[in-house]
Amino acid sequence: MTHLPLDIAHLLAGGLVLVSFLMIYQNRLSALLDVFAFHAVVLSASVAWQAQLQQAPDLYITAAIALIFKAGVIPSALGRIVRNLGIHREVETVVGTGQTMLAGMGLVALSILLMMRITAGADPLAREDLAFALAVVLLGLLMMVTRRNAVSQVVGFMSLENGLILAAAGAKGMPLVVEISVAFSILIAFIVIGVFLFRIRERFDTVDIAAMDDFRGDQK
Amino acid sequence: MTAIALILLIPILAAAVLALLPGYRLSATLNMGASGLTFLAALALLLLPRPAPTSFFLVDDLNIVFIVLNTLVGFTAATFSASYIGHEIETGRLTPLTLRFYHAMYQVMMFGMNMALLSDNIGLMWVSVELATLSTVLMVGLYRTHEALEAAWKYFILGSVGIALALFGTILVYMAAQPVLGEGTPAMVWTKLITRAADFDPGMLNLAFVFLLLGYGTKVGLAPLHAWLPDAHAEGPTPISAVLSGLLLNVALYAVLRFKMLMAANPATIPVGPLMVAMGLASLIFAGLMLYRRRDIKRLFAYSSIEHMGIIVFAFGMGGPLANFAGLLHMVMHSLTKSAIFFSVGHIAQAKGSQRIAAIKGLTVSHPALGWALALGVLAIAGLPPFGVFLSEFLVVTSTFARQPVLAIGLVLGLLLAFGALILRLSGFLFGEPEGDVTPVRASYLPIWLHMGLVFLAGVHLPGAIVVWFQAAARLLG
Repeated sequence: MTHLPLDIAHLLAGGLVLVSFLMIYQNRLSALLDVFAFHAVVLSASVAWQAQLQQAPDLYITAAIALIFKAGVIPSALGRIVRNLGIHREVETVVGTGQTMLAGMGLVALSILLMMRITAGADPLAREDLAFALAVVLLGLLMMVTRRNAVSQVVGFMSLENGLILAAAGAKGMPLVVEISVAFSILIAFIVIGVFLFRIRERFDTVDIAAMDDFRGDQK
Repeated sequence: MTAIALILLIPILAAAVLALLPGYRLSATLNMGASGLTFLAALALLLLPRPAPTSFFLVDDLNIVFIVLNTLVGFTAATFSASYIGHEIETGRLTPLTLRFYHAMYQVMMFGMNMALLSDNIGLMWVSVELATLSTVLMVGLYRTHEALEAAWKYFILGSVGIALALFGTILVYMAAQPVLGEGTPAMVWTKLITRAADFDPGMLNLAFVFLLLGYGTKVGLAPLHAWLPDAHAEGPTPISAVLSGLLLNVALYAVLRFKMLMAANPATIPVGPLMVAMGLASLIFAGLMLYRRRDIKRLFAYSSIEHMGIIVFAFGMGGPLANFAGLLHMVMHSLTKSAIFFSVGHIAQAKGSQRIAAIKGLTVSHPALGWALALGVLAIAGLPPFGVFLSEFLVVTSTFARQPVLAIGLVLGLLLAFGALILRLSGFLFGEPEGDVTPVRASYLPIWLHMGLVFLAGVHLPGAIVVWFQAAARLLG
């Protein structure tokens, strides 16, 4: 029985890694946004469980932010942009899905091997959470480098950030976790949605990064 | 009220006022005034007895160097900015509304950088660097052209990834410290961390440092993580290019140095010097080669910044009192010289209506004052005597020769590469038939000459007080 709380924490953190994998092979933007919303729900559950385990009520705020903001507001706002632009059907990927999945598995194996070896002395709860968190961070990075679309890069970045919040929530008693998650969410929403996507669209009628890539500052 | 509070409160209050204030002329003056007052507060911090470190703020021999430099260049760049934006309004590249936003963001950025430099808390330091980064992202995209947006996007994505990796490293440091220092704030306070670092788990610290070096290293502009830097410098307003090169890179470097000190306090960790030496040398040689094929003048000097950050990181990676002293001196000299160069480049680009190197010719005939100011800056940054950059580069090279002759060969090679490229370009800028617009521009020479004067003085005679001060900082770095 004593293992149950730990097991639930691992289940939720491991679930986050799985949802990251789900995101990697979504080739439609609207589906990607749905999966991202689910990613945020799992994160929220995981952080809330940590709050329960660590008796740290302020983590509930982080969980609530993840739920309301990342699972609700951001995906729906991005979804609206995507629908308005009429690009909700497709996502171009630079590398094939198969290779990306294999690379993703490699990254997960790497992070687990690395973390388990290095953190041998640490508290088991934090230790395995950290391994999963690193895996989510690396998968988010992988997604950012394999996607060419501004919206999916932003989604990749937000999933990376979810990994960081998982790590911060797992670090027992870490101060500033709530502040960091608030700062992250607000600034990202502000910049990405408020400024960039509208401006990029205003200029190019597209959010495809490739359309910007024809500009190479020095070659003109 | 203490000087620390002033250094932080002046910029943030000024940002609030500037955001509400219409009329760009008044804002430009206010921006300058606020930056000047912040600089005075920094001087007060330097001269008055140091306050004891708290859980959030710290002043010691090391960060006071950075703070004084930061507020000084912040002030001179604001002075330059005041005359720069007048021209931008006339040509219609910026509107009064965007300028209001620009001035407010300028102060937010200064606030972020000052807080990062003053912070004794690794979490606060991270938040401040993030704040400074995001405010500069918004300013890089200010012109809203195709190129500016692409540059801002690239900077935002790469900068955010860097910042995210740095946060992961910060969390790892906390986790390493938590078993020793207990839960909560003490395990994030740098002055507490450093006293107990020897008891931390070395494996965790090693991993943390790799993340921190990659994360903050992206913001330092170290190769191969530098991709954002040339675009951000070239496409933003020139005062921001000056501040990016002169200050923001230093702030990120400061964060790396703090964690390097933490690593050095634990003998069981991997030595981090060689990592920094390798990244510094790679940046130096890479940027030296890249300098040759530039077609945009601001990009040229952006690559030169990568080169100099490479030299500085190399010097700090070598470590020891002499190399640290040289690295610190080089950092100050580079900030002053490079921002002076950007000040003249900004006016030159406005006069010629273009940043293309091919369009900038014969400055000695068309705009002699700006042309010679640029010439002095370039000669200084290329490492010629009698300027301070020569002195610091000479110190880096000699201290390396004494300890690692093989590395010194690479270092000298990189320096010569960059020297060749810069001198080659400089003769093009200065001589030949002037092209394009030859009408004189209203330029502010004061910041340029102030910086060049300081660099010249340092090269001719470095005052004893400064030597003692920098030596103390170098000792702290170990």
